[in-house]
Amino acid sequence: MKQYLTKDGRVDFSIIAEWINPGTSVLDLGCGGGRLLEFLIREKGVQGTGVDIDRDKIIECIGRGIPVVQQDLNLGLKNFDDGSFDYVILSQTLQVVHYPIKLINEILRVGKHAIVSFPNFAHYRMRFSLMLGGHMPKSKTLPYEWYDTPNIHNVTIKDFRELCRKENIKIIKEMHIRGKRTTPNGFLPNMFSNASVVLISR
Amino acid sequence: MGNNKTIGLVQTQYFTFAEYKDNYLELDSGVRFGPITVAYETYGKLTPERDNAILICHALSGDAHAAGYHSPNDSKPGWWEDMIGPGKAFDTDKYFVICSNVLGGCVGTTGPSSINPRTGKPYGMAFPVVTIGDMVKVQHRLVEYLGIEKLLTVTGGSMGGMQALEWALRYPDKIASSIIIASTSCLSAQSIAFDAVGRNAITFDPNWNNGNYYGKPVPATGLAIARMIGHITYLSDEAMHRKFGRKLREREAFSFDFISEFEVETYLDYQGSKFVDRFDANTYLYVTKAMDYFDAGEYYGNGSLVEAFKRVMSRMLVLSFTSDWLFPPYQSGQIVDAMIKAGKDVSYLDIDSPHGHDSFLLEFEIESEVIRNFLTATYKMVQEERVK
Repeated sequence: MKQYLTKDGRVDFSIIAEWINPGTSVLDLGCGGGRLLEFLIREKGVQGTGVDIDRDKIIECIGRGIPVVQQDLNLGLKNFDDGSFDYVILSQTLQVVHYPIKLINEILRVGKHAIVSFPNFAHYRMRFSLMLGGHMPKSKTLPYEWYDTPNIHNVTIKDFRELCRKENIKIIKEMHIRGKRTTPNGFLPNMFSNASVVLISR
Repeated sequence: MGNNKTIGLVQTQYFTFAEYKDNYLELDSGVRFGPITVAYETYGKLTPERDNAILICHALSGDAHAAGYHSPNDSKPGWWEDMIGPGKAFDTDKYFVICSNVLGGCVGTTGPSSINPRTGKPYGMAFPVVTIGDMVKVQHRLVEYLGIEKLLTVTGGSMGGMQALEWALRYPDKIASSIIIASTSCLSAQSIAFDAVGRNAITFDPNWNNGNYYGKPVPATGLAIARMIGHITYLSDEAMHRKFGRKLREREAFSFDFISEFEVETYLDYQGSKFVDRFDANTYLYVTKAMDYFDAGEYYGNGSLVEAFKRVMSRMLVLSFTSDWLFPPYQSGQIVDAMIKAGKDVSYLDIDSPHGHDSFLLEFEIESEVIRNFLTATYKMVQEERVK
């Protein structure tokens, strides 16, 4: 269901890994094959659990020795207690769920902090492609046709900030990814970033 | 099909303990009981570090013969041949695999059909009521006898999964992991109801005679009906539809009488009568009762599974099957959720399968993939831990 950013994925993983304090507890929603959790468990001594829906990804996680449970994020996180994790990670998953706002509220209930990363739909190439080409934009990070894309809730950096304001969510840190480079603010991130990583809390 | 390699010829072995009054085993009911003989088989080799032992727990109608053949003429191998052997999920080239018949069983381990040494006659109903916990206590004695301090994993499907769960709770530091397949932390009212009907079928058979039928005609009708009910709960609507549909056996049209004519009827007849030849009716009563009594949350957590799981010190893998309505996926989900809430290491996969509860015996290819990965990772952790 979820697409992996081969280039940017590694970049957003490294940002997330940097933000997470050693020895904390981490829930990674849409954890895929468990590479990020494996890194966090080995290098930062975190207590990590992954959640994914895809059978083969789960088998991959299990092979890495990562605790992982199969669950559909669209059905919520009712089985997790309030504040039971220091961090809940939602990396490149927000745009594929049915009700992003519900899930964001859920991850902030379950986690003391949440780290969300998402592809930026307002990247200048996307804008030009829609303006000049007249087609739904595609890119390396969002490569699908409109009719079979798993990315059903495309979002921009501005949109995400606005949502946080409306929902009284604190943005603690932002990091924007431009190619292989990252910047906390940089030049017009909503225009030039491929993806963003945001640390939020209630 | 999977790997055709087999462990080959194997032998059932026996171990007897609790032979004297002062070392009888204390059962959950408070009764002190002995002597106890355990029938078991082992496959593969124990490492010098004794860290590669796996205990397989069988389900209701299983036995110690989990893999391989007893003689070259055997038509069928052990009950989990698909999963146990060289290069298989429970790889006998890497691991030392143990399987024993449960306490109360009828295939070598002491049960109601065994001779009571004090009377020289079979126990029958004089056999004490046992629990899943009691079965596990007996397995623990066997494992100690085999010189194993800590098992790499304990696993089983259905009632075998309950035993694996019981191990994680009763002997938390004696296992590195458990694999709980198509199982539950306690039976639902619906499952208890099916067991009750099975037991009624047996005890209302005139041949049952309050359990004293040894050496006389056995309650074959009752046991066969109990097995038929069981079989219905092991399949699924879809599996039955695929397998039998509304097909008639050996005829084109209805016969307008009450002889078994639908294929599903003759299948149940066959399963029922085949079971009578190899299984003891009293064991059916005792073992289903043990399952009905099993309630991990009640026993270890005063009704809270989360509380119960706080004592767990091992990793856990839970597998369920989408079409299993006897121990439905939500019951596996309860185990998983409680483990997470207790802050424990748990993994869960709900395997998509149309075969109902029986999936745990049939979906061995996907099970093998998951379990092989889980065991490899766990064994690596155990070895790294020792180096530390």
